[in-house]
Parts: sequence; C-alpha cells; structure tokens
Amino acid sequence: MVGLVLVSHSAGLAAEAVALAKGIAGAGVPVAAAGGTEDGGLGTSVDLVEAAVRGVDQGDGVVLIPDLGSSVLTARLLEEDGRIVVADVPFVEGAIAAAVAAGADAPLADVLASAEESRTFRKL
Amino acid sequence: MDTDLFVAWFEETARLVRRDRDRLTRLDAAIGDADHGTNLDRGLTEVRKALTEWPPESPVQVLTSAGTALIRRVGGASGPLYGSVFRQMGKALDSPVTLAGFSAAFDEGVVAVERLGKAAPGDKTMVDALAPASRALALAVRDGVGVREAFEQAARAAAEGARATIPMQARKGRASYLGERSIGHEDPGAASSALFMAALATVAS
Repeated sequence: MVGLVLVSHSAGLAAEAVALAKGIAGAGVPVAAAGGTEDGGLGTSVDLVEAAVRGVDQGDGVVLIPDLGSSVLTARLLEEDGRIVVADVPFVEGAIAAAVAAGADAPLADVLASAEESRTFRKL
Repeated sequence: MDTDLFVAWFEETARLVRRDRDRLTRLDAAIGDADHGTNLDRGLTEVRKALTEWPPESPVQVLTSAGTALIRRVGGASGPLYGSVFRQMGKALDSPVTLAGFSAAFDEGVVAVERLGKAAPGDKTMVDALAPASRALALAVRDGVGVREAFEQAARAAAEGARATIPMQARKGRASYLGERSIGHEDPGAASSALFMAALATVAS
C-alpha cells in the first residue's frame, strides 16, 4: 500500500488531519503525521518527516502532503524520483482523497492523481 | 582557499547573525512570522557545534555539514533554503578551491535555491541578495581581481540587493499574502543573505 505523510507547521493539525483521513479511508491505511518542530513549536523538522516516511513506507511509494512554506520546502528535499513524491494539493482535501485511493490499493501515480483532483473540488 | 577559511566563514556568519538577531526578527515581524533571527541563530549555533564535533577535512565537508545542520535545525523556510545553497555548492566545488571555482559553485547553490523556492529576482526573497552577489563574483573572476576584493564586491552587491527589496512587493512566502502592504519593508531573508556575504568578506581580509 502507498504510504502518506501529512507535513504541517503544527503537530496538532497534522495529527488531527491523520485521524480524519484514517477515519474516512480506514484505519489500515498507512498515514503518518509530521507536524511542528522537535521541541513542539510551530515549524518543520526534517528529522520528524524522515521518521514518518520510514514508518509508512511499505515499498510501494510514499506521498508527502505539506501545508505551506517550510513544510513544502522540507518535503521537496526528500523527493526521490518515482518513490517519494510531493503532492501540490489542499492539505485536508488532498489527504483524504489520497488516503481513500491508497486504501483501495491504487499505485503511487494514481494516489497522487487522486490527491491532485482535490484541487478542483467545489464546496458549493 | 582552505578548510579553515570556510569554517571561519560560518563562524563569522554565526557571530553576525547573533549580533543582528533582533534586527532580523524585527524585519520578519513586519511582513513574516517574527522568527527569522531566532531560527537562523539556532541553525548557525548547530552549524558551529557540528564543525567542532566533527572537524571537517575539506571545504566540501564544511559546506555539506553546514548545509545539513541548517536543514535539520532552523525549523523555518530559511533552513531548507540556505541548506540547499550550501549543499549544492559543496557538490559543485572542485579541489583545490580557486576564486573561479568558488564563484561557479556558489552560482550553482543560488540556482538550487531559486529552483527549490521557485523564486526569481524581484520576488523580494533571499535571491535578491544572493543573485547579485553571485554576479559580482563572476565579474570579479572575469576581471582577474584578487579574492579579498572579489568577496568585498560580493558583500556590497548583496547589501545593495537586500536594500533594494524595500520597495518590492513580495511574491513568495508569508509576506506575499500581504500584497501591497509588503512594500516598504526589507526582506529578512535578503538581509540575512547579506550577512553571509559580509562574513565572507571579513574572513578573507
């Protein structure tokens, strides 16, 4: 199964987004949170992101979903062609779309495409 | 240019950033999230620690070690950005280090940060100080001036580039959400980039 890492400036936001994605897509989907700095502040820690990637990597690839700013830059540093990819998508909607696709055993490219479709989701 | 000069470059940068920490944070408070001074100070403290605990044996090792420490410990956007400059510069640097080699490798570092941040000159970012510094180094190589003079010219170009961000409207980062209200403030990333180049000029003199 493709793994997902939700990278946010906030540990709480990342953890709750993971809970929401798993609640909708299923508890068995490998989704991990990497939020905030190591000392619990707002920001991004490459060590926390790397640890989260290791935790969800089952060999089928990993999609990183960052919120903004340093989360995006840190995620892009960890990209590996065809194995670890960054999704340029809305944080919550993209995470849920990707988690549902990953839970249906879609391959990496399809999980990424599902997440990217969420860019155009309209709410009204 | 030897390993000691590269170590001294980061030590002097750490000293300047510590000295100007509050000014950088004030600049960031105006248009950003008020953490640039403290973040960069923390990152450079970690760089000094890394260079002391694992003494580098070459300029390339200094750049790689410093870049990695900045990526791991800054916590804000400037960590991955400065980290990419120095790690890419380290990859591109030939040994022994000449001014021409330094200039070419530094330019590759600037290209790497432009690519990572998708920033161009005029966006009111650190690129507005780093790109003029890189151009100044390339001109110095072409004109055959000495290392000290070349680094002084690069430092002047970076300082002028940082000041030139004041009337710009931000197109990247948190400041870009402010639209026209970002005009009239110096970009904190460009200001800290000018400190890196000032430190280089100091240690070469």
